[in-house]
Amino acid sequence: MRDRGWIYSGLGLFLILVTYPFWQNLRAGVTSKGPDLRRPAEAKQCVMPVSYMRTSHMDLLASWRENAVRDGVRTFQSADGQTYNVSLSGTCITQCHASKEEFCDRCHNYASVSNYCWDCHVDPRQAHGSAR
Amino acid sequence: MILDRKSFLRLTGLSVLARKLVAAVTPKRWAMVVDARKCLQKEGCQKCIEACHRMHNVPAFAEPRHEVRWIWKEPFERAFPSQENLYSQAAFRDKPFPVFCNHCDNPPCVRVCPTGATWKRDDGIVMMDWHRCIGCRYCVAACPYGSRSFNWLDPRPRLTQMNAEFPTRTKGVVEKCTFCEERLARGEAPACVEACPEKAMVFGNLADPASEVRQLLGARYTVRRKPELGTRPEVYYIV
Repeated sequence: MRDRGWIYSGLGLFLILVTYPFWQNLRAGVTSKGPDLRRPAEAKQCVMPVSYMRTSHMDLLASWRENAVRDGVRTFQSADGQTYNVSLSGTCITQCHASKEEFCDRCHNYASVSNYCWDCHVDPRQAHGSAR
Repeated sequence: MILDRKSFLRLTGLSVLARKLVAAVTPKRWAMVVDARKCLQKEGCQKCIEACHRMHNVPAFAEPRHEVRWIWKEPFERAFPSQENLYSQAAFRDKPFPVFCNHCDNPPCVRVCPTGATWKRDDGIVMMDWHRCIGCRYCVAACPYGSRSFNWLDPRPRLTQMNAEFPTRTKGVVEKCTFCEERLARGEAPACVEACPEKAMVFGNLADPASEVRQLLGARYTVRRKPELGTRPEVYYIV
């Protein structure tokens, strides 16, 4: 066992390298914090309760899509009686969540969710910058 | 009051039902009449095409094989190949006629779509749901008017400006004229109708005997594109 020193230091190095991402995340405190979303500045109330939106915004958007495209229902009445236009770019982004990057993308990137909404729907900020 | 899932679905269903009821009581059938004589007055006019393509984020591809178009000009003999009157052919030969989706009463594109991405609405508009289009191009093959375009390439880099109020499409999706259904929902006329300086395009409800389109169709002789195919196109041309 003349190589004991080499073997143990090799094992130790291996353990440190393998567990490095955990230590780094713990140090940065990102694991428990979650993404830092930019919340709407003026709007205090979403079209549905926040708890519902957090878990089921995709269901709401899918039903908006079906109703608007298939049945021509282009308005949505929220629980508090307010009427909204059914529009991802026009209502969600323009009226409340000013920035797609700092709201939609931050959370989707964090959760490693890739969606294709914005392959077609236009981010209003992008539109003003004319062609990409 | 907090809306739970059940009442949300119930409300949605009821509002859809209410719309269907209203549609049943007041029938609607959108159609267009194009007065070719007025249209031909200004040579080289592209106002309708520009307005439509700008509003709907239609890309301009340089290569014809990649072309995407909602409304374009077609020489008379190609737009109306079944018009066999030699003398009128001579008068109109090579004259550009504005053509677009005919919103057929018997649309062949709808019959072949395997996903239901295109369908005929109660008001006659042949609609598209770009979310559902899988890019099989059956509809492109089925349409006898060439009204449907396929996005062979990503359209976004080819847009010089983007209208944020209307989505673009992606590579692999078919698109066409929708009679500006998003504008009709707001009570506005289609973009091409509004943009035409000669007021050569008249849009209206065919189910209403007092509408301008019905008045024109009653008073003037009109032709349709390839009516012998039985698609029952709903765009009429005064020649």
